[in-house]
Amino acid sequence: MKKKQNLGSFLSSDPRALTLLTLPAVILFISFVVVPIISGINISFTNWNGYSQSYSYVGFDNYRKMVSDPQVWTAFRNTLIYGFGSTFIQTILGLSFAMLLCSKFFFRSAARTVIYLPAMVAQLIIGYIWYFIVTYERGALNDILVLFGADKVDWMSRGMRAVIIITIINSIAYCGKTMIIFIAGLQAIPDMYKEAASIDGANGWQTFRNITIPMLLPAFTTSLVLNIIGGLKMFGLVVAMTNGGPGYASHSLSSLINNLYFANQQAGYSAAVGMFSFAFIVIVNVLLNKYLQKKEMQYNG
Amino acid sequence: MADSKSKLNTRWNWLKSAAAIVISLFFFAPFYIILSLSFKARTDRTSYWLFPKEPTFDAYAYALDRGDIGLAIVNTLIVTVFSVVLVLIFGAIAAYPLARHKTRINKFILSCFVGVMMVPPLSVLVPIYKELVAIGGINTFWGIILITVTYNLPMSIFMFSNFITGIPKELDEAALIDGCSQFMIFPRIILPNMVPVISSVLILTGVAIWNDYSFQLYVLQKPKLKTITLAISSFFTEGNSNMPAAAAAAVLSVLPVAIIYLCLQKYFIKGTMDSAIK
Repeated sequence: MKKKQNLGSFLSSDPRALTLLTLPAVILFISFVVVPIISGINISFTNWNGYSQSYSYVGFDNYRKMVSDPQVWTAFRNTLIYGFGSTFIQTILGLSFAMLLCSKFFFRSAARTVIYLPAMVAQLIIGYIWYFIVTYERGALNDILVLFGADKVDWMSRGMRAVIIITIINSIAYCGKTMIIFIAGLQAIPDMYKEAASIDGANGWQTFRNITIPMLLPAFTTSLVLNIIGGLKMFGLVVAMTNGGPGYASHSLSSLINNLYFANQQAGYSAAVGMFSFAFIVIVNVLLNKYLQKKEMQYNG
Repeated sequence: MADSKSKLNTRWNWLKSAAAIVISLFFFAPFYIILSLSFKARTDRTSYWLFPKEPTFDAYAYALDRGDIGLAIVNTLIVTVFSVVLVLIFGAIAAYPLARHKTRINKFILSCFVGVMMVPPLSVLVPIYKELVAIGGINTFWGIILITVTYNLPMSIFMFSNFITGIPKELDEAALIDGCSQFMIFPRIILPNMVPVISSVLILTGVAIWNDYSFQLYVLQKPKLKTITLAISSFFTEGNSNMPAAAAAAVLSVLPVAIIYLCLQKYFIKGTMDSAIK
């Protein structure tokens, strides 16, 4: 009886009791994030094929195989290109469009709308839409080449070229988000800063370099983090455009994991590659956050 | 002097308009191509750039009839609506204590959730698949909804807790003094103030779930349960014989999101800005 009373007063007046409100979220987190990670580590030490009841432990075999597997290294390199390449292109495109479309003129809003539109579309569908453009037979891009008397190009036939084209398409399709983040950042810069600079005789480039860029630092940080995470997770676009091909030359880590599991029934090995990609992205993010925090401290202090 | 400057300004503005129009044409071109292709007859071998002289709805009929795009849209709608509602409810109630009381355990919980945002779904999908098999969640709507909610919650908790931090704490204290129980502060005082951020989270998670591919690929493997992204991919894997139908399927899948986006554009842009504020 006494215990119940204590519980009652704990619930009604102790702010710590409010943590109970996180319970649904915490239960989901434990069931579908913590448990899978632990069981993923477990599976990665087996030779499970993905469906049968029996499997046996093979120790570090999967990890040893991974280190010497050219497929994994290619996918790892491609993931870096997808992640950092897209971030680089998206930042340039997003910032340019934001600078162009932040003052008022005819067609400005329409342009914003159209540039942002593809960001609403699933990666997979973006991939299928662009398939009609870069495909060899009747592709829209090749039609233009033929119109100008040039030869058709089999755009996705070479690994590195396919990787670069996918990176560019990813950047074009999703730079609208980066643009919006930069427009928000530009609007937050008080006009008086620029006025003061122009009174002091600063030219356009000097104002851009010394006022706009530093004031946009928070927007840079945000778009950097979002784009790098997004690029490293790249999956749907690769599946739609090349399905990892030619051969395995354009796989990202995500699409390779999927391929090992579905096409090759190597669930144990696939889980090992999964754990590797998970660990890699966590490390990139920890380093990124440390670096950016230091950078912002430098500017503020 | 002032006159020549304003003249220069108008000319400069026309130049900007011209640039904006060229860029827009470039960004719209891919959509134009699937539109023009989707109205072509299957036998039409003209360039994708040319809009058909005699537009036909055959491709749409084929996509809806044989490709089950209609069923896929209904399935996607079911998954999206239920998941978004749960993300909003679980996210909002979890964000309140996390934003208001920075105790050690709350800080720990918040950083765990934020960490989930960077987990690539594919890296844990094999074990998730195994777990769902064990609890009978493969090929069920509740299975996909639980997974979807889990991986979309962090974003909503992040945005909600940022927003709640901006609501003055004095409101809570005043309500407590007036005799409001601490569990009633959230629904009575905080929730009514959260309408703007709720609309942002609704839009962002709605679009993310509508567009999901990886989770649905693993959890929904029966043809009857196919969602849009899964239905579309079947058009591109079964030998590329009917290109107009594939384009029509793509148009049908983009259309709902595009229409909502064009009507509620202001909120979409605000949502993206909200998600970026730290």
